Formats: sequence, structure tokens, C-alpha cells
Amino acid sequence: MTKTKTPMLEIKNLHVSVGGKEILKGLDLTVGTGEVHALMGPNGSGKSTLSNVIAGRDDYEITGGRIVYRGEDLTGMEPEVRAAKGIFLAFQYPVEIPGVANTTFLKEAVNAIRRYRGEPELDAMQFLKLMRQKTKDLGISEDMLKRAVNVGFSGGEKKRNEILQMAILNPSLAVLDETDSGLDIDALKIVAAGVNRLRAPDRSTLVITHYQRLLDYIVPDRVHVLAKGRIQRSGGKELALELEKKGYAEFGEAAA
Amino acid sequence: MAPPVNTVDQVRDLTDKKYQFGFVTEIESDTAPKGLNEDIVRFISAKKKEPEWLLAWRLKAYRHWLTMAEPKWSKVRHPAIDYQDAYYYSAPKSSGDGPKTLDEIDPELIRTYEKLGIPLREQERLAGVAVDAVFDSVSVATTFKAKLEEVGVIFCPISEAVEKCPDLVKKYLGSVVPYTDNKHATLNSAVFTDGSFVYIPPGVRCPMELSTYFRINAKKTGQFERTLIIADKGSYVSYLEGCTAPMRDENQLHAAVVELIALDDAEIKYSTVQNWYPGDENGKGGIFNFVTKRGACRGRNSKISWTQVETGSAITWKYPSCILQGDNSVGEFYSIAVTNNFQQADTGTKMIHLGRNTTSRIISKGISAGRGEQTYRGLVRMSAKAEGARNFTQCDSLLIGDKCGAHTVPYIESKNNSAIVEHEATTSTISEDQLFYLRQRGIRPEEAVALVVNGFCREVLQHLPMEFAVEAQKLVGISLEGSVG
Repeated sequence: MTKTKTPMLEIKNLHVSVGGKEILKGLDLTVGTGEVHALMGPNGSGKSTLSNVIAGRDDYEITGGRIVYRGEDLTGMEPEVRAAKGIFLAFQYPVEIPGVANTTFLKEAVNAIRRYRGEPELDAMQFLKLMRQKTKDLGISEDMLKRAVNVGFSGGEKKRNEILQMAILNPSLAVLDETDSGLDIDALKIVAAGVNRLRAPDRSTLVITHYQRLLDYIVPDRVHVLAKGRIQRSGGKELALELEKKGYAEFGEAAA
Repeated sequence: MAPPVNTVDQVRDLTDKKYQFGFVTEIESDTAPKGLNEDIVRFISAKKKEPEWLLAWRLKAYRHWLTMAEPKWSKVRHPAIDYQDAYYYSAPKSSGDGPKTLDEIDPELIRTYEKLGIPLREQERLAGVAVDAVFDSVSVATTFKAKLEEVGVIFCPISEAVEKCPDLVKKYLGSVVPYTDNKHATLNSAVFTDGSFVYIPPGVRCPMELSTYFRINAKKTGQFERTLIIADKGSYVSYLEGCTAPMRDENQLHAAVVELIALDDAEIKYSTVQNWYPGDENGKGGIFNFVTKRGACRGRNSKISWTQVETGSAITWKYPSCILQGDNSVGEFYSIAVTNNFQQADTGTKMIHLGRNTTSRIISKGISAGRGEQTYRGLVRMSAKAEGARNFTQCDSLLIGDKCGAHTVPYIESKNNSAIVEHEATTSTISEDQLFYLRQRGIRPEEAVALVVNGFCREVLQHLPMEFAVEAQKLVGISLEGSVG
């Protein structure tokens, strides 16, 4: 098996329960290396469950199937190890960490990952340079760096902060969990620019979204429809447009 | 000053060290017979070659102590203390009449302080910090004395001050914490052995941080140091104290008294990093830290600021307080207390507003983990004459795990209609959401906890002098080790 042929993410017959209730019921999904996939679906279809389970959150019980990332089974792997191996989750609801400056947090994260990979840590100057460059690239104000992580941030600022973190951590697989929800058009463009900048032959992105709107800016290679805990249909970007018109009714669940 | 951002690195470096100061120095000691009676009080006074008035004061205190009951109003619980089963005086034998230069100090002692990260040789010392090192019952070294004397600052062991400036000692000793104050302070008055004395003359801004480093070494020995700091008119001093002790499976008593006096326009900043041995993870051993600290803002526009980081001790019972006598005087209390395993802390402050337009500010951050129990206990009193007085209090508690406790007991008394008292309190936990968020960014759980805790403490850490802020952040991280998962 050559390296280029291994998919970035390969999910096979995945069953996941939360608090005894089965949410994912035999989900299959393959994201090729260098591709951007969009995952769409009605509320309650299991989109967030999938993103959490890829990132390794504890409360989700995998009762069957497996998630393979770059040929490696993720089962039982700690969230911080997954992060170090290049998996990034942009949270739907970013968490506040009072008293911890964004820069402190980001430097901690960057160096934790570099340590895991056996790379030298960035010193204060190198890190500052990286931050300056990324905030400039994304058109994010440097003021945001000094503030405590997500504390007092507006909804749009929180999402931009997720994209900034993504840009700085430079993941191989980025999963965006409804990052576009509640964003105005300017914030949406920043999110899209962040994803498009990451596009490279050795990286992949899974964009989870409720609406087609984001896909005007991030053109996906593949679109999947998740409903009732399984992928119901897959297609090209035209599938997103079709869903926008017809809704999710044909998949047996109405959009909430 | 913002705390350095590399704390987590340091916490990581120290992983698995647990209580790293738990070693014992093998050194010959000159020790008083075990137990407590008038002869022991006389023995200590004679050892120190004290004048008659001081012996008389000690004996008054001792006789009063015999009549006193232990304070029972705090939340801490411990077996009765057997005062006869302890030694009240222990000095490194070599010290004799007190070393004149560092060359006369037993090299074993110098090595002990080096192991603690406190080099006593001045050329190795961080620039700008003078150190008084107290080992068991005596001061073994005071650095930078000559340089301080140039500007008239007196910084010496209190036993030396009794000889050198008896008038100052006589005037102020017991003037803020009277020998009748409480059982622990009264015991200290009877048997105090050493401690630091500081006098800052009028108009002088002390050119360096003053620091005392306390070390309990001998077995079954209580430590009773007494610190007296006088800031004369228009002067300023920043004073730091640190403390450690060997790991022993008995409980050792530490009953210190600190008195601060600030005259007109003077300011005293007093910082503590308390890291006495906390006992093991089953609650065996550790120091009983029963300390009375009080400052008097005697003069107009004077200011006293207490900052404490309390991570050690099996039990901490401590309320650094301010008596705001002078008009426009300011009292501050910034505190971080950590209780893990079976540690107990009952700590807080008293702000007694007597003068007009006096202000006080209390910021208390309590962190409880394991089976730790923690109480913030504070009194804000606005007396009838405290026209226009103001207080702001904020008490935040952070709980880690589900077997620890946090309690807040504020007492507020106001006898003046124009006084304003504000009290805010929060209790929070480190949430699963926070931990998962940080871990998803590659940060390991222990580092994630340290990061959240440092954020929680930030407001207080900012008030510590730089050298101590780094050490304090490290300590908080180490103290909480093993509290996640």
C-alpha cells in the first residue's frame, strides 16, 4: 500500500451510543487525502456526535465499527494524541477559559504538539512571529490574542478564533462542526478563507454544516447527507444545491 | 507584571517530584529539653542573651497562655496538640553566637539552602533580593546587610535587633498582636526563637526586595518565628517569605506572628509563598500552620498589602489582617490557597476600618482537590468613625473532583451609614468541556488543569514580585498533581 493511496479518514460501519441511546447506526464515510468533504443533514442526525467521536470525546461509546485515520485505528486513542497526530476539531460551541490569554493557550497547544512530534518548541519570538503572520493572513485583529480564551467573545469572534487556532496548529484533518452557524457574511468569508488556505494535496477537511451557504465559498469535492445515523446519499457539490431546494424530507427527517 | 507564560513547562519539568523539599539535613543541633514550662522560656531567653524586659514579657505571655483555650471557631479539625511532646528550641550547633560571615556557616547549611534554591552567597544571589535564612530556631544568614545599611535600612534577625535597636523593638513588639491575642500567638510570644526585623527610615524606598526563608529541619520541633516590620513615614518596602520542611510522618507545629506597622504615607507589601510539608496522600504528617499576621496602617495615607500563596501544610489557620487607623489608609489581601489530598485550610482576612476614607480590597482564590477542605473566613468591619470607607471583596472557589469542599464565611459589620461594602463570591469547577477543548488542542490533562488553574489565580499572581510569581505558579501546579482523572 503506497502512502498516497491511504485515505485520510476511513469510517467503517460505525455505531455510537450516547447515554445508552444509539446515535450513529452503521455510518460509512471515506475522505480522501487532499479532499474537502461536506457533511450535511438535519438537526439531531448525528453530525456533532460524529465530530466528537473523531476527536475522541469520552462520553461517546463506540459499540461497533471503527475510525481509521491515515491507516491507523483511532479506537481508544486519547484526544491530545489525536490532536498531536494532526486532527483538529473546530467546535460548534467554543469553550471559555477565564484568565488564560489566547496567546498563552495557543503557545501551549503549539508546543505540546511539537513536543509530541519530537520537534523543537517555539520560543516566544518565533511564536509571536507565527501569530502575527496568521492573524494578518486571516484578517483577524491582534487584539483578540491578548484576551482570555473566548471570554466575552461574540459568536462570530469565537468562530474566528477557532479558525485562527486551526491556521496555527496546521492540521492534516480539520473537522468543522457547524462553524458557519450564526455567522454574518464577513465572518463566513474568514472561515472559508481559513479552510481554503489549508487546502493542499496532503490535507483534508470535513465541513459539517446545516446550510449550503458556506459551500459557496468552500467548494467541496464531495457532499454527504447524514440522516438517521447513517450516510443516506453522497454526491458532488450539486447535491448541496439540491438539498437547499428540497430540504431533508426525502431522508425521512424534516429539517428542524 | 504579567506572570510568565511558560509555567506549564515548569510544572511539567517538576512532574513526579511531588514534595521536593522533603529532605532532612544531617547536622548537629543544640536543642532545649523536650516540653514546655517556665524554665524553657527562660532557657530560650538566656540563649538569646535577652534583656530583662523581654524575658518578663515572655513570662507574662506564658502565664497567660496557660489560662487560654484553643480557638475552636474555625472549620479545621485535628487531634489535640501535645505541647509537652515537642522541642521549643533547636539551633545548628556550629552557629554559636551567630555567624559573622558566610565563611563561618556550616557548609552543610549552605548546601541545604542551595538545594532549596536559595543561594546565600551574595554573588550567586539574584540581584535585588536580600535574604534572611532561618533554620529551625535561629537565623543563620542575612545577605546584603551592608548595602542596606548604607540607606539606613535595618534588616536583621529579630534577636539581633533586640540588642542593636532595643527601643524600636520595645516600642512596637506586641503593639499590633498583643501577647493576649489568641492561644497560638500567645505561645509564640512566650517561646519565639527568631524571625526577621525590618526598619525602613523616613522617606526611604528600600532598594531591594527583602526576603526571609524559613526551614524547619529538626524532628519534633515547633517553629515559632516572629517578624516585625516598621515602615517609617513616607517609606516603602516589599518583603517576601518562603517556607519548607522535611517530610515527616508526625505533625509539626508552626505558630508564627507577623506584625507590620506603616506610619504616615508609608507602604508595606508583604508576600508569602507557604510550602510547608502538607502530609502524604493519606493525610499522615504535615505541618500545622497556625499563624497570626496583622498590619496596622497607623499613619495617614498608609498602605499594607498582603499577598499569599498557601499550597503547603496539613492545616492552615491564618488571617492576615489590616487595622486601618490612619485616614485614607488602604488595606489589601490577595490570596491563593490550595488544598489537595487531606489538607485543610481556614484562611481569610480581617479589614478593620477605623479612619475616614479608608479602603480595603480582598481577592481570595481557593482551589480544592482530592479530599481537601477549604474555608474563606473574613471580617470587614466599618466602625462608627469610618466615614466614607469602602470595601470590595471577591471570593472565588474552584473545585476539582467531587470529594473536596469549599466554604465561604464572610462577616460584615457596618456602623457607619456612609460606608460601602461589596461582596462577590463564585464557586466553579473545571468542566469536562474545558478539559476536552484543551486536550483537543494537544494539551495533556495535567497541563490543561494547570492552565485553567493559572487562569483562575491570575489576578492574585499578578501581585507577587516576579521571582515569586514563577515559583508560586509552579507550586500551585505541583500541589494539584494527581488531582485529575
